[in-house]
Amino acid sequence: MHRVKVRVVEDALDANNTIAQANRADFDRAEVAVVNLMSAPGAGKTTLLEAVLGPGIDGVRAGVLEGDVAGSLDADRLADLHIPVVQLNTDAGFGGECHLDANMVRSALPALDLEALDLLIVENVGNLVCPAEFRIGEDARIMVASVAEGQDKPLKYPLMFRACELVVVNKLDLLEHVRFDLDKFRYYLDQVHPDVQVIATSAYTGEGVDELRAWLAGVPARARVAV
Amino acid sequence: MHELSVSSAIVDTAIKHAAGRSVTSVHVRLGTLRQVVPSSLEFFFEIVARDTVCEGAALTYEIVLGRLRCAPCAVEWEVDQPAFRCPECRGSDVGVVAGNELEVESIEVDQKEAALPCTA
Repeated sequence: MHRVKVRVVEDALDANNTIAQANRADFDRAEVAVVNLMSAPGAGKTTLLEAVLGPGIDGVRAGVLEGDVAGSLDADRLADLHIPVVQLNTDAGFGGECHLDANMVRSALPALDLEALDLLIVENVGNLVCPAEFRIGEDARIMVASVAEGQDKPLKYPLMFRACELVVVNKLDLLEHVRFDLDKFRYYLDQVHPDVQVIATSAYTGEGVDELRAWLAGVPARARVAV
Repeated sequence: MHELSVSSAIVDTAIKHAAGRSVTSVHVRLGTLRQVVPSSLEFFFEIVARDTVCEGAALTYEIVLGRLRCAPCAVEWEVDQPAFRCPECRGSDVGVVAGNELEVESIEVDQKEAALPCTA
């Protein structure tokens, strides 16, 4: 018996990335574009989706895959909008995974009629750290930050603010009640992710919601160009 | 908290390359631009390695500092804080040279004499 060193040099998340590619192939075959929607808990992802998808997106058939540790509260809210919604719970594992990974998303695909969709929005588990590490086969990633969380969040969670193509600053209606300087937030964000797109919204008052809807409406066309 | 998932992924990678041999140590490279906490990784690694060929294996790691490069300026610099604009031209055409690693670099296994060929 002797000891041998084996060179590996393999990304630990290779297995996840391989499944993400399989998801992506299925999405491409069904011609559905996929958005990974991420944020801290309570930033307003579901309320934003209600505001955007309630009136619908012109010419785009949208559905939602709702990821939560437990329960179907968010999926129930979105089902009221009469759009296809599938709930995905992560609590089967070690007390509930804190993020969606490619395999969890894959397990939910049979419940989704991808052919009937142009855009699938995957609402990730609320968390500012873990979801950023796991690709799921998406075309675009949106990160929602609410003003109540504080202006310094890009500096504290740089990976999350870098792992996205769009940052939505939500809860503008709370600006007068919280210490949040939008210019400072933009400055910090620029340090972490220069030139990232930013849309400021209030899901409650509707401010900026049309802009977000227009951005989402463009995702399928941009995804087709990228294929 | 995702260190649990990352630990599982590391153990799975090690098992694959161990090809049935008993693993005594696993060496990983962790980039500072990732958000993985080494002490948390060690804690979960010990748990998920149980009842596998990695049981009792040591997890060792090397921290890889974030290193960025501005394409137009051809300037490279190390980052220990999030600052992704070029310090020279303030431009944003900046790529990551190092620091994104979350890599199983090597493993050490107990090899029986004249047993399985080394897969390295």
